[in-house]
Amino acid sequence: MAKNDLISGSIWDEYSNQVVNRMNSPQHQGEITEERAKELGTKLIVADFGAESCGDAVRLYWAVNEKTDVIEESKFKSFGCGTAIASSDVMAELCVGKTVDEAVKITNIDVEKALRDNPDTPAVPPQKMHCSVMAYDVIKKAASEYKGVDMESFETEVIVCECARVSLGTLQEVIKINDLTTVEQITDFTKAGAFCKSCVKPGGHEEMEHYLVDILTDTRSQMEESKMKDAADASESGELTFDKMTLVQRIKAIDSVLDEDIRPMLLMDGGNMEIIDIKENIPHYDLYIRYLGSCSGCSSGSTGTLYAIESVLQQKIDENLRVLPI
Amino acid sequence: MMEVYLDNNATTMVDPKVFEEMKPFFCDIYGNPNSLHKFGAGTHPKMVEALDFLYEGINAADEDDIIITGNATESINTVIKGIWVDEILNGNKNHIITSEVEHPATTAACKFLETQGVKVTYLPVNEEGVLESSSIRDAITEETALVTIMWANNETGKIFPIKEIGLICKTTGVAFHSDATQAIGKFPVDVQDCNLDYISFSAHKFHGPKGIGGLYVKKGSALTPLLNGGEQMGGHRAGTVDVASMVGMGWAMHLATSKMALAYEENHVSKLRDKLETAILELPETIVIGGKGNRTPNTTLISFRGVEGESMLWDLNQNGVGASTGSACASEDLEANPVMNAFGSDSELAHTGVRFSLSRFNTEEQIDYAIEVVQNAVKRLRALSSSYAYAPESHKSAL
Repeated sequence: MAKNDLISGSIWDEYSNQVVNRMNSPQHQGEITEERAKELGTKLIVADFGAESCGDAVRLYWAVNEKTDVIEESKFKSFGCGTAIASSDVMAELCVGKTVDEAVKITNIDVEKALRDNPDTPAVPPQKMHCSVMAYDVIKKAASEYKGVDMESFETEVIVCECARVSLGTLQEVIKINDLTTVEQITDFTKAGAFCKSCVKPGGHEEMEHYLVDILTDTRSQMEESKMKDAADASESGELTFDKMTLVQRIKAIDSVLDEDIRPMLLMDGGNMEIIDIKENIPHYDLYIRYLGSCSGCSSGSTGTLYAIESVLQQKIDENLRVLPI
Repeated sequence: MMEVYLDNNATTMVDPKVFEEMKPFFCDIYGNPNSLHKFGAGTHPKMVEALDFLYEGINAADEDDIIITGNATESINTVIKGIWVDEILNGNKNHIITSEVEHPATTAACKFLETQGVKVTYLPVNEEGVLESSSIRDAITEETALVTIMWANNETGKIFPIKEIGLICKTTGVAFHSDATQAIGKFPVDVQDCNLDYISFSAHKFHGPKGIGGLYVKKGSALTPLLNGGEQMGGHRAGTVDVASMVGMGWAMHLATSKMALAYEENHVSKLRDKLETAILELPETIVIGGKGNRTPNTTLISFRGVEGESMLWDLNQNGVGASTGSACASEDLEANPVMNAFGSDSELAHTGVRFSLSRFNTEEQIDYAIEVVQNAVKRLRALSSSYAYAPESHKSAL
């Protein structure tokens, strides 16, 4: 939230002139009949995408030259808002003169860019970016009808954010490499979730197969798991350093030093000590301990004995360990 | 190009008479009403007059309170959160009853209370968009602290059986609040006759200024205030009163709830609404969502098959006509409208509804123009609609 977000209701003000003009008088709306396709010596392809009950639907007509696979004519009909109609209009225009294989490569981002008045200013506000996605989907549908294949065969990766076209693989990689912990960070890095927000979490505008919140949780737990696995492997080979240890490994490591070097001395005087907690206090590790038996009242517990414990642990485990009696 | 405003359920024009009454309170009579000197005291006569108008407008008894607030949203939050503090956190109740079609002020406040462990029942409306009072009776339990139901729905104009619900609440001893935002000025509102403990309203829905609202509180039903601070409004709502707006709200209430004004609404505004509606219904495949019965006189919610609501608004706007839609795409947050969903989420109605809401300032000439604009828009948008599109015989429609 910031100054520009405090007054709502400005969606239409943010449309480019291209969007406005194409909504007011679309150039490629219409239909191609069987007769017309025959007249052109082409094959008629009709593809539908979306549904009125979902608030957005489009029908795309192509007249395709079967010898060259070139789309000679392209028209649309649309049930949707201004952005949906303007996007469909550009989409139909971009198809003309392309082969079916080339047309499949047109994405919703190409459609949005073609609607810009100025290359640096988005043609529509973020919430409306989603309306151009259908223009992309219907092309795949038309191509699948022409080629007699499944629509999914055109998609080589799993797209999580349709508006910004960010794939599951990219998201997982970005989270891992940059050690991201919040959805806001993911959006900053990838733009995923910056537009219609449907992919952020369940309950948004559209139901999705994957949500950023789940991808984040799953990827983080994968990261934790692999961190643990690394720690276990390193421990086996004896290469594990304190900073890479899990909490349990840290406790065990400290306890074993205590058993070997410290406790025998304390026991001789009728005392002992226990570990209460270990906290990371970058760059230090704070070890909270409690003295037991005769140690608990001993004045040296906060001076000589304490220094001895600390220096042994620093020497044998990690120089950043600090010991704090409670 | 003629400009026709048909979105009076969103907000209304300030009545010029109201504006006249407000003017002196900016540069002449600007004292703080709580001050002892004559600058402060000088505001009192017109504030008292405003209260008289407000009490008269909803038939409140002198011993009851009408607290001046910032808007209906604040009034509603004051009731819901006040009940939460007094009856739930510091009492032995834990349940609130409301409907699925309330304004977000109510729904969002209830959703918030749910995060705090309060049980909330959201009652559905029937196929005509009306809540049946028997469903309230069935939902009330020993734990119920509050029933909060809107008097008239903002999208459909449907009027809810507030008097019947009031009787049920009275006999079961449950506090009853109604969001009367869309009711005042549309038909008579009588808080005593309907056994209400609280009602909320805002001035800008009945030709008063924005930024001022009211909360009726029946004697003995006072709640912990939402705003803490000074002793304004008898300690029930802190903060210096916007005197100009309060005076404006009083006059707006007076002008909107007089016998004459309500008769004009019932006979004349409804006639214009019906003229618009009848002309639109002559177009094929158009329906009034929820049907024509039991509505506020100024509202009609119409579905145009094959025309997405926002694209319809676009065409109307291009031609100077302002209306609104409950469809998902038009609202900034892209969330589907619960009122539309209440009629069935599978239905295409959810995305083809356009709401026209009139006021006493609309003229017949404006309505004639609006009819023409609507007819042209429907023609153009259906011509490019996939719902009416050609398909070869071999094509199986997937739309």
